[in-house]
Amino acid sequence: MTVSRPWRIGLRTLALAYLGALLFVPVGLVFYRTFEHGIAAVWASITTPAAIHAFQLTLTVTAIAVPLNTVFGIVMALALARGRWRGKGIVNALIDLPFAVSPIVIGLSLVLVYGIHGWLGPALTKAGVQVIFSVPGIVLATIFVSLPFVVREVTPVLKEIGDEQEQAAATLGAGAWTTFRRVTLPSIRWGVAYGVVLSVARCIGEFGAVSVVSGKIAGETDTLTLLVEKRFSNFDLAGAYAASALLALIALGTLLVMTMIKPRREEGDA
Amino acid sequence: MISVTGVTKRFGDYVALDDVSLEVPDGSLTALLGPSGSGKSTLLRIIGGLESPDVGRVEIHGEDQTSVSARRRGIGFVFQHYAAFKHMTVRDNVAFGLTVRKRPKAEIAARVDELLEIVGLAGYQRRYPSQLSGGQRQRMALARALAVEPRVLLLDEPFGALDAKVRADLREWLRKLHDEVHVTTLLVTHDQEEAMSIADQIAVMDHSRIEQVGTPRELYDRPSSAFVMRFLGPVTRLGEALVRPHDIALSHEARPGSFEAQVARVVHLGFEVRAELVLGDGEELAVQLTRAEADELELAVGDIVHVRSTALPRALADAGDAAQPALSA
Repeated sequence: MTVSRPWRIGLRTLALAYLGALLFVPVGLVFYRTFEHGIAAVWASITTPAAIHAFQLTLTVTAIAVPLNTVFGIVMALALARGRWRGKGIVNALIDLPFAVSPIVIGLSLVLVYGIHGWLGPALTKAGVQVIFSVPGIVLATIFVSLPFVVREVTPVLKEIGDEQEQAAATLGAGAWTTFRRVTLPSIRWGVAYGVVLSVARCIGEFGAVSVVSGKIAGETDTLTLLVEKRFSNFDLAGAYAASALLALIALGTLLVMTMIKPRREEGDA
Repeated sequence: MISVTGVTKRFGDYVALDDVSLEVPDGSLTALLGPSGSGKSTLLRIIGGLESPDVGRVEIHGEDQTSVSARRRGIGFVFQHYAAFKHMTVRDNVAFGLTVRKRPKAEIAARVDELLEIVGLAGYQRRYPSQLSGGQRQRMALARALAVEPRVLLLDEPFGALDAKVRADLREWLRKLHDEVHVTTLLVTHDQEEAMSIADQIAVMDHSRIEQVGTPRELYDRPSSAFVMRFLGPVTRLGEALVRPHDIALSHEARPGSFEAQVARVVHLGFEVRAELVLGDGEELAVQLTRAEADELELAVGDIVHVRSTALPRALADAGDAAQPALSA
């Protein structure tokens, strides 16, 4: 399509203004406001015991949720791409449920199942396990919202490479595990890596579902995103900006890793 | 010896193999020849253990393999699209079967070098499959399959993805390799010329069944059906019978059993001369002559000639379905 020069300049300006108003200016402002009163204030704000604990909790939850979803994602992708079984279509559609459903609904549904008055609540209470308003609940919510990423990244790669290499490995005497480890996994590694990075980003940034199940107990069940919100509602704007800046830095790191992985993933391993 | 007995395979409602039996003699190179969809690849995959038959039995060297997994059948399998391990070097590809079997490193290295020498890829050890041509990839795949010293070698359209020149070279090369290595080989192809030029024995398949098994010559000279006859070479219709265009004699005078025909077109192809004739009833007839024969007859468009079949009598008068009066098969 050819567009005349004034139009082209106009469209570019519009696109940049759109990105600027929605993305660059707000994020830039967060950083500006964060460092407005000097680095010392920021440091003090993100090294309070509550902030350190929130940061640690976020990392812990991510460290549990991402490996679980990676293993689940690879197994599910194999089942979807290679298997012939009943109900595959339904499962395939259900995988996307966490994308389709609002995180707050996910949080509430977890309360309905695991809460004190929930379905499994009484049994869990009896066993001395507290899920809701505790770390297990946060982990569950985080796993739920980041479930589809690895599956969705790996399934198309598996379909693309086909199963001939796996069949060849079998005729050469390799068992299922050897074939997976030496043939399948190396072929899908960049798809897996991309899925993992997306999952990490989602786990660290999750707010809605976690906010329902956490109970927001400072120094106990506050994650980094919850801390930002808490400080913001308590009119501790500088504190909120500092914690936000930390989140934004993590996001930038994620973006960098994604940019590095993307070309590899797209060119495959050929 | 590979022995397949009464194998039937269905995919849903589609019958891919219908009560198929086949024997592949030890040390032979047998071709499974047939049009696409005839079931030949399915049969090969069942022998290799990559598919399992609904009914029937597969034996290799007299041992029942029907329910043995592909990895324990002791077969080598070569795929049409190479199935190269793209993330491994040529060396690691060829060594794969041996490393899976946990052979000593020195033995593996020696065996890989030896095999790469045999397939003409010596010096390519450190390359990746993406750095090889199609023909080289397929030779690597063959070395990989041979590395584990398979009892039988199964090739699924191994040259199907290659261009004509490479295809012809590799075909020759495979025949020579087979004469050296002598491993019982079953090759799937839809190309009759390929099958005729390298196989000791050909099994022609059509519509999920084996039509006929025999040496290339037997099949060409004594086809058991019109399908086999057409599939193995050009045919034309003369009266009630199907004949090869080179099994037709032309003369200026009438002979017993000859038909009158008019020359419609003459094409000189060097040694070979092709003529298109029209019979009295309007049927077209294709004839292949040597140049000397054509010169002697002084064949020209518009001439009236007498044609008769010189082929051995065959009971093919019943081959009634749409004979193609053309030189192409």
